[in-house]
Amino acid sequence: MNLSLYTLLGQIITFGVLVWFIKRFLWGPLLGVLEERRTRIADGLAAAERGQREQKLAQERATEVLHEAKQRAGEIIARAERRATEILEEAKAEAQAEGERLLNSARAEIEREVSKVKEDLRGQVVQLAVRGAAQVLEREVDEQAHDQLLNRLAAEL
Amino acid sequence: MSEAVSHAAGASPVEYIQHHLTNLHVGDGVASLDLDTLFFGWLLAAALVWLSFLVGRQLTAGTPGRLQNLLEAMVEFVDQQVKDIFPGRNPLVGPLALTIFMWVFLMNAMDLIPVDLLPLTARALGIHHLRVVPTTDLGTTFGLALSVFALIVYYNIKVKGPGGYLAMFLFHPFGKFLVPVNILMTAIEEVAKPVSLALRLFGNMFAGELLFMLIALLAFAGYPLLLQGLEGHLGALVKAGVLELSQVLLASLWSIFHILVITLQAFIFMLLSIVYLGLAHADDH
Repeated sequence: MNLSLYTLLGQIITFGVLVWFIKRFLWGPLLGVLEERRTRIADGLAAAERGQREQKLAQERATEVLHEAKQRAGEIIARAERRATEILEEAKAEAQAEGERLLNSARAEIEREVSKVKEDLRGQVVQLAVRGAAQVLEREVDEQAHDQLLNRLAAEL
Repeated sequence: MSEAVSHAAGASPVEYIQHHLTNLHVGDGVASLDLDTLFFGWLLAAALVWLSFLVGRQLTAGTPGRLQNLLEAMVEFVDQQVKDIFPGRNPLVGPLALTIFMWVFLMNAMDLIPVDLLPLTARALGIHHLRVVPTTDLGTTFGLALSVFALIVYYNIKVKGPGGYLAMFLFHPFGKFLVPVNILMTAIEEVAKPVSLALRLFGNMFAGELLFMLIALLAFAGYPLLLQGLEGHLGALVKAGVLELSQVLLASLWSIFHILVITLQAFIFMLLSIVYLGLAHADDH
């Protein structure tokens, strides 16, 4: 239990050497490694944050682009609809005009036919009248003398 | 217990304990050298060196291995203690504290090896005295404490200047009117630092080792009973069994508790060294 001097000295030397070794080969390098890892983690975290921010920005831009595209699509659809209505209106108007035109020409044709028939009928009635009258009045009526009178009658029909 | 048994045949409990408390030494008195203390101190220091080498060879800032992880945890733990306690910066204090903690812990941990195992092995090899716990040797504890003390004095002079250090002795703690008292008080205060460091560690470890020996002594009571039992005396055999059982139980309990003691003592030695060196760096002492 008594203190022995050489043990003391020996342990002091051992201790000194051990401290030196641990400082040189364990403490220093290990703290360096820890520091390096800390830096790496900090870098990684910063990168992750940057990535997140960029992603958020990209998302915002995507939303914007989508919005714009929707708007443009809406515009295009509206324009197309307007154009379709226009075309429809034009077609309607054209059809109406064409119908009118056809109707008019048909009417004119009918009128022409009517007047032609009337003319024919008039002529025939005159002839019939003349022939009837001629038969009735065969003897008494001079065809030439009364021709003028009969023509006047025919014109009145 | 086996050595105790073989001792019991020819030696008394007192002789057993005295034998266990004798170092393997050369020389006598103060001018002696305890070979066993030095040997185990070196062995454990070498273990630390080997461990450092093993980890240091493949140190990586990426995912650390198990061993590196362990050492990293210890280094960070000690570094945190130093940062918390030590004012300013000194590149020596951290590694010093780590070395104290690890080395003292390992030397203390020798106490957990069954108390007779290594001495008995040594005896088989022809070595008749062996103490395996270096921290139960005043040479080790004072060696550490005086190293720390030397650093305390060195940093006191370095930081405060020789005049400042002298002034600390002259005018502290009672001012300039009680210089002789101041010198006495400060000297006691300073000397108490290494002495308390060394004796606290020594006392705890010595007491722990002694308790292990006392528990082993139960075999002394058990051995004659065992002999009687082997001669056909059943009651004696049962008594011997009970003694043996209680020895195992007590040794186990004390070992488990001792894990706490050895860690705590290593930690306290480290912590107080940091505190004392921190005081040496304080300018306004």
